[in-house]
Amino acid sequence: MPIDWIWGLVGGLMIGTAGAVLLLGTGRIMGASGMVGGLVDRTGADKATTGAFLLGLIGTPAVMSMAGWQVSTHATSLPWLLVLGGLCVGVGTRFANGCTSGHGVCGMSRLSVRGFAATAAYIGAGIATVTALRVGLGL
Amino acid sequence: MRALIALVSGALFGAGLHVSGMTDTTKVRGFLDIGGAWDPTLAFVMGGALLPMFIAWRLTHGRTPVAGTAFPAPPRSEITRPLMLGSILFGIGWGLVGLCPGPALASISYGGWQGALFLAAMLTGMWAVPPLRRLLDSDRRAA
Repeated sequence: MPIDWIWGLVGGLMIGTAGAVLLLGTGRIMGASGMVGGLVDRTGADKATTGAFLLGLIGTPAVMSMAGWQVSTHATSLPWLLVLGGLCVGVGTRFANGCTSGHGVCGMSRLSVRGFAATAAYIGAGIATVTALRVGLGL
Repeated sequence: MRALIALVSGALFGAGLHVSGMTDTTKVRGFLDIGGAWDPTLAFVMGGALLPMFIAWRLTHGRTPVAGTAFPAPPRSEITRPLMLGSILFGIGWGLVGLCPGPALASISYGGWQGALFLAAMLTGMWAVPPLRRLLDSDRRAA
């Protein structure tokens, strides 16, 4: 559905602008896993900035949703899948030092070799996983 | 000032994830399902996001942040084992559920118990990494 692609592009431009605002304004890289991970494992500095960022990140979709612009996550209801997926994402992004926003958006846009390598690895692993689930388990 | 800028950035990031459809796991898993009913939306999101960031990185040359001391150092170029193995593990989890850290946080107000359980597991995984690293390092020294 091409209207979804247009919304994707619009949302993408907003995401990139958010990264640009944070970088040019504070000198920080907009990485979701780095932001929240640094708070959780207490390795992160600059906690006030991180907290404000996370407040905005969580708050706007909540307000938009309440205002009538609703999105459903359509997430699985299999608890083992949610727990396993969450653990893999948490451990993986911290070992890799970045996720879709840090390595993908912020890394590739500065032509970082590590950003491209990480993005190729997680997209490749994601494709293999989705395909295996569909073919093997019908999920 | 830094907190205010970060609040605006986070708000824009959250809104962008919301309108782009990236908090909908069917769109994310659909992008990864290249042999099935492929959904290219994520490519449009990534493309749209790279453009302003590409310009922003150009603008950092010879300047300092509005409210900050310095821009990040040039990126390292070594392709390390933690980078690759960590990214593969992340990709597996991403494919299993269809959520990565940004959308997992952005959708927490409407993601139900499923979103909360995923986020709790993700945060537990993040919390466990520094002790895991120490364990791996001591194993390597002992070997």
